[in-house]
Amino acid sequence: MAAHELAPHSPAGPTAPAAEGGEATVKTGGGQLSLTAFLHNKRAMGGTLIIVALGLFCFVGPLLYHTNQIAVNPLLQNDPPGAGSPLGTDQFGIDVLGRLMVGGQSSLELGFAVGLASTLIGMIYGAISGMFGGVLDAIMMRIVDTLLAVPTFILLIIVASMYSLSLAVIILILTALSWSDVSRLIRGQVLALRPRAFVDAATSMGSTRWRILARHMVPNTLGICVVTATFAVADSIYALSALSFLGIGPPPPFADWGTMLTGGVDNLFNGYWWQVYPPLIVLVIVVVAFRQVGDALNDIVSGNRTSPVRRRARRRLQIIVPLSSRYE
Amino acid sequence: MSGYIVRRLGQSVVVVIGVMLLTFLLLHMEPGNVARAILGNGVRVSQLRLDMFDSLYGLNKPLWVQFGLYIQQLLHGNLGVSYQSLQPVSTIIAQRLPRDAVLVGLSTVLALVIGVPTGIYQALRHNRPMDDVLAGTWFTLYAAPDFMEALLLIALLCVQFHVFPPAFPGGVTSIGGLFANWQALVLPVAVLSINSVAGFSQYARSTAIQTLAEDYIRVARAKGLPERLVVTRHVLRNSLLPVVTILGLSLPDIVAGALIAEAIFNFPGMGLLFWQSALAHDYPVMLGGTLIIGIATVVGNFAADIAYSVLDPRIRYGSA
Repeated sequence: MAAHELAPHSPAGPTAPAAEGGEATVKTGGGQLSLTAFLHNKRAMGGTLIIVALGLFCFVGPLLYHTNQIAVNPLLQNDPPGAGSPLGTDQFGIDVLGRLMVGGQSSLELGFAVGLASTLIGMIYGAISGMFGGVLDAIMMRIVDTLLAVPTFILLIIVASMYSLSLAVIILILTALSWSDVSRLIRGQVLALRPRAFVDAATSMGSTRWRILARHMVPNTLGICVVTATFAVADSIYALSALSFLGIGPPPPFADWGTMLTGGVDNLFNGYWWQVYPPLIVLVIVVVAFRQVGDALNDIVSGNRTSPVRRRARRRLQIIVPLSSRYE
Repeated sequence: MSGYIVRRLGQSVVVVIGVMLLTFLLLHMEPGNVARAILGNGVRVSQLRLDMFDSLYGLNKPLWVQFGLYIQQLLHGNLGVSYQSLQPVSTIIAQRLPRDAVLVGLSTVLALVIGVPTGIYQALRHNRPMDDVLAGTWFTLYAAPDFMEALLLIALLCVQFHVFPPAFPGGVTSIGGLFANWQALVLPVAVLSINSVAGFSQYARSTAIQTLAEDYIRVARAKGLPERLVVTRHVLRNSLLPVVTILGLSLPDIVAGALIAEAIFNFPGMGLLFWQSALAHDYPVMLGGTLIIGIATVVGNFAADIAYSVLDPRIRYGSA
């Protein structure tokens, strides 16, 4: 589930090459994320629009489209799409369109909570580890290595088999499992920033390491953080649906897109396609949208030189890139 | 270089011990009584039987003693005995692992064979519609959750057209049996490879784009080398570098199996083993499995690093 595999240039790598004599340089890449570049990036904007639309669908939709999502109604079991219910009903007689909205709420809430929490923890952990170095860094990174050496999903099923899961517990577990990835990226970025002149300047002016950490390192890693957070959202929405699909998600009154798919195979064999395709499609759309945004942001943040979008954005911003750094 | 290797080996040992400690503690954090869960939940079990179970597996000793005993047995090559089947854990894993080597191995090879050439093709068509179309396709396939792809393939190829069976026939255990039921192997392999093609092609594409901008490519073209040879001799060989890394990093996937695909297609591999033992509270199996995955991760990372520097003489690991 490591979405970062796709990133052609790891944001952890040393970005923003040192300026050579006489060449005009404006800081690009190096973990900075500019709003202009984001607004001019079609993939990022497209993905964001889809996410906003889905958010409205899930949170505002139920206010306009009232359905029964609690009581089982045997008379309406497995109705095909029709007048009463645009997307049909499921095996309990519950409206599929309405369930799609309610189920989406938990998926989106979980995604944003895990994305935010794991990125925050990973950022602080990675920044401290990279900033202070030495024995502390070695110990902190071995802990991260250990967490990364056990596949997330296995830890997840170990915990899921012990406790009955509620949404909050899943958020906690997923956060505990996904911050380690982020911390490693942030540490790499901090290590790359440490020898830069502005850090020396801050030190010579008497800044403490904590101050440098808070005022210089953290703002410079925000770009990467946004990227990892976006991927974390996609990954955790996927993880929740996979858990529910396997039948170890939160118990019944709880709805999410994964639980809607749980009986997927049986429903398909019975020909109840309307119970399977709608959640399938929404899930694909939301995961693809988040990953598109993440990938596009990654291009922007890492100054991906191969991206035409990036080049256009750069021209707009009138940024001059030293020739020597164009192809590394 | 040798200093680097020694340092990495030291780190690897620490990580493996960490993995063991983490899993051990996690498994013993479980609320409730293991013996009760194993001997029958909700059934009346005499206190005597519970105590016997605890003393048989050393569960009545303090946690740190249990961990010490576990390590001691481990160093003798003993992974323990499954609570459920009473078989040695090493035997169970030795049965399951080759099956996943077949399943995951086949799909990795397939993904490689599709991914690398299309990645290079995309690089050659860089900034033209074909590149965007292929990139978009791979990305969507990669981003779409795997169980969905599995469901859609089942809907299409098993329900609509009865081409492939939707699940493995029960009782197939040997490697020969897997290949004898090759029709059942097609869909899981397809689902798994669909997800890895994107990674391979993306990596091959971005390296190929960088390689195509190199001076030696210009030289090769200038001296009149046919484009076909430019691509195969220069671009392809350089684009394979990052792929080697991903291969190393995907070693733990082979050991961990593919739970989702295995669960959907009823494939008797490591993923299902984990799943079933987690539900049955079969700690020794889970501990043994996690340990082996941890080792595979460490070995895979290590092998990828070393292979990278051997294949690309420009990369040197310092002692820092």
